[in-house]
Amino acid sequence: MASDSHAQHDDHHVNYMAIFWWLLALTILEVLAGIPQASPAYPQLLKGALLVIMAVAKAALVGLYFMHLRFEKLTLGFIAMIPLVLCVFVVLMVLPDF
Amino acid sequence: MSEAAAVDHAHGVEPAETPLTPESWGKLGMWVFLAGDAMSFGTLLAGYAILRGISENWPVPTEILGISLTAFMTFLLICSSVTMVKGLDAIKKGDQEGLVKYMWLTVGGGLIFLGLQAYEWTHLINLGLGLAENEWGDSLFGTTFYIITGFHGMHVTGGVIYLAVIAMRGKKGVYSATNWNEVEIAGLYWHFVDLVWILVFTFIYLL
Repeated sequence: MASDSHAQHDDHHVNYMAIFWWLLALTILEVLAGIPQASPAYPQLLKGALLVIMAVAKAALVGLYFMHLRFEKLTLGFIAMIPLVLCVFVVLMVLPDF
Repeated sequence: MSEAAAVDHAHGVEPAETPLTPESWGKLGMWVFLAGDAMSFGTLLAGYAILRGISENWPVPTEILGISLTAFMTFLLICSSVTMVKGLDAIKKGDQEGLVKYMWLTVGGGLIFLGLQAYEWTHLINLGLGLAENEWGDSLFGTTFYIITGFHGMHVTGGVIYLAVIAMRGKKGVYSATNWNEVEIAGLYWHFVDLVWILVFTFIYLL
């Protein structure tokens, strides 16, 4: 394994507690947006959009900073994005049947 | 790429370093595994979306599922991700005791999460939500709920065992300021489990 033969070094610094507070704040906002039932004043589309945007933001924070994707090579980021692209593709391909 | 790796490569031997993750092949291996695993979760969630979309009597999840409990479970996994990165940070500075402490805290977070999930499942089963039965509407709601949260729970279980092994190896002094690759790779897995739960919480519980 590389770690046996190479002295590892780390040259990036992340304020993990700042990421934690962002994740906590977004979780609270998500619960506040998710609990009320959809109604004419709060359409399902708006509720869905708010929840999806906040979930993607939280997932991006975890991926970029906790998993250090922000500091990895771009190609690794592309590998990580492939599943998301394929899943969106699957849903879009099925949508016309609805 | 190092000189030795370049020489190996010129002779048709697998290079000692991967250009994507020069730290180790193991890290690249974990990323490729996680990409494949993400496709499994993605397919399950896409299937959930399609089944829900074509159903005429899909129940409102927030009326059946306990949001406050699962919001706390989300908070717990976020906290465990923080203790995971703190553990990695500790060993990068050569703090072996710090690594072991934070690894056990992360394992504890995972165990509490699993305990709460077991409690939630028991409660829902007693209420009448089964794999093929649902008093509130479409029975596929129960099917998809247990399959997706169960699949995630199995990942948490695997992660707890994985991190417990890392903690025990840390206690033996295997890791140091110049050898923390395995800890980082284990961390990738654990953060992925956290990331997937963030999506499950939104799509299964809140939406």
